[in-house]
Amino acid sequence: MDEVIRVNRLTKQFGHTPVLRGIDCAIKATEVVCVIGPSGSGKSTFLRCLNGLEEASGGEVLVHGVSVHEPKTDVDALRSEIGMVFQRFNLFPHKTVLENITLAPTKVRKLTALEARNRASELLIKVGLLDKIDAYPNQLSGGQQQRVAIARALAMQPRIMLFDEPTSALDPEMVGEVLAVMQALAEEGMTMVVVTHEMGFARQVADRVMFIDEGLVIEEGSPAEIFDNPREERTQRFLSKVL
Amino acid sequence: MEQVLWFGWFRADIIAEYGVLFWRGLQMTIMVTLICIVQGTLLGLAIGMARVAESRHSPARAICKYALRWPATVYVSFFRGTPLFVQILLIHFAVLPLFINPSDGLVISGEAARNIKQNYGAFLSGIVALTLNAGAYISEIFRAGIQSIDKGQVEASRSLGMSFPRTMYHVVLPQAFRRMLPPLGNNAISLLKDSSLISAIGLAELAYAARTVAGAYSRYWEPYLTISVMYWVLTLGLAYLVKKLEARYGRGDSR
Repeated sequence: MDEVIRVNRLTKQFGHTPVLRGIDCAIKATEVVCVIGPSGSGKSTFLRCLNGLEEASGGEVLVHGVSVHEPKTDVDALRSEIGMVFQRFNLFPHKTVLENITLAPTKVRKLTALEARNRASELLIKVGLLDKIDAYPNQLSGGQQQRVAIARALAMQPRIMLFDEPTSALDPEMVGEVLAVMQALAEEGMTMVVVTHEMGFARQVADRVMFIDEGLVIEEGSPAEIFDNPREERTQRFLSKVL
Repeated sequence: MEQVLWFGWFRADIIAEYGVLFWRGLQMTIMVTLICIVQGTLLGLAIGMARVAESRHSPARAICKYALRWPATVYVSFFRGTPLFVQILLIHFAVLPLFINPSDGLVISGEAARNIKQNYGAFLSGIVALTLNAGAYISEIFRAGIQSIDKGQVEASRSLGMSFPRTMYHVVLPQAFRRMLPPLGNNAISLLKDSSLISAIGLAELAYAARTVAGAYSRYWEPYLTISVMYWVLTLGLAYLVKKLEARYGRGDSR
């Protein structure tokens, strides 16, 4: 299978504090990888290094063979192929749902207003929010906002989707609707890297689970391997707390 | 002209006699203020952007720091840290003659320079000084406005493949602008009032008109009270306009 992301000895420090201490991994096309680990383990930082939102201190990240952290790389072009969904949604509050979704496709992809609108409508149908097309973000619930954020990322027709704890800021009753959208996306064959605390989702949807702690990949494998037979003691300890 | 007394002490006839002077002064004050609001806002935007300019990679990073952030910081510090009155004098009597001078002006010299200096010297100096001063204050408003926008907004926009300038234009500035409206309004009101200082270099605006009248009659209540009321009406009008703008653009910002 096609390898879309390759990470070699990735390190990251904030000041003198090491956050990532040499991460290696490869992610193949259509693969769904869930990244789990205790808070402060570096899993979000790892994800943010994949599209260059966070600068690497050492090592390299290749997306489709292009080095993300190379100064010469056209990082905007690269990012237009990598969708990202944030913990706190980060919808543009001064724009309607429609405008949130069509902004980047019209400005970056040069779609006409009509094309962008059609695409936005299709995506809103997909996430079940077509009736909210003219609403402002502050008129939506958290779960609805996150689904719009997913539609906004998908409107660029990315080849990879990154999710940074997409359900952590949601009220419990809204977690399900967001996970359902993500699961549908996974079933369509989207390549996904998901940092999550939703172990049920990871077990059910992930092709592979990565357990990160203290800036290192401690263990990775199929959901069954990680959740039912963790080899490492640290993985066992973590899972015994969260499961 | 016959003396006209209001309330037994206010010589209204003086104001009427110099009505044209006050009217022209009012026009000049409004014109100078409008020009400086527009130019000061553009300059403030540019300086404000320079103050937040950052880059990760090595050549651009140094350029941002030494060619943008440092000069912008020094500029803002100077114009906020020295009196506007001194700035006006400095620009009128020292800086402008350097550029526009009949004998050896750096930009314009000869007869044209003499002409410009005589007819528009005070106007030019006043506008330059007031614009530079306002630009420094407005840049701080822009900087604070930009920095008050949640970093997640920039990250979301950049992660969609939008470049930094596009992110600024479509995502950050429209949101920052709503928050900047009240301080920008205050600044416009200050600008209107501060324009009276330009009378010191002989620009015929409102304060200058009052001084002329005061000199001619040795009466002070009438001219200065008159322009006080005129300034007051102008600032009230401006405040009303800002309030309207806020009501119109302030919506949709509730995070």
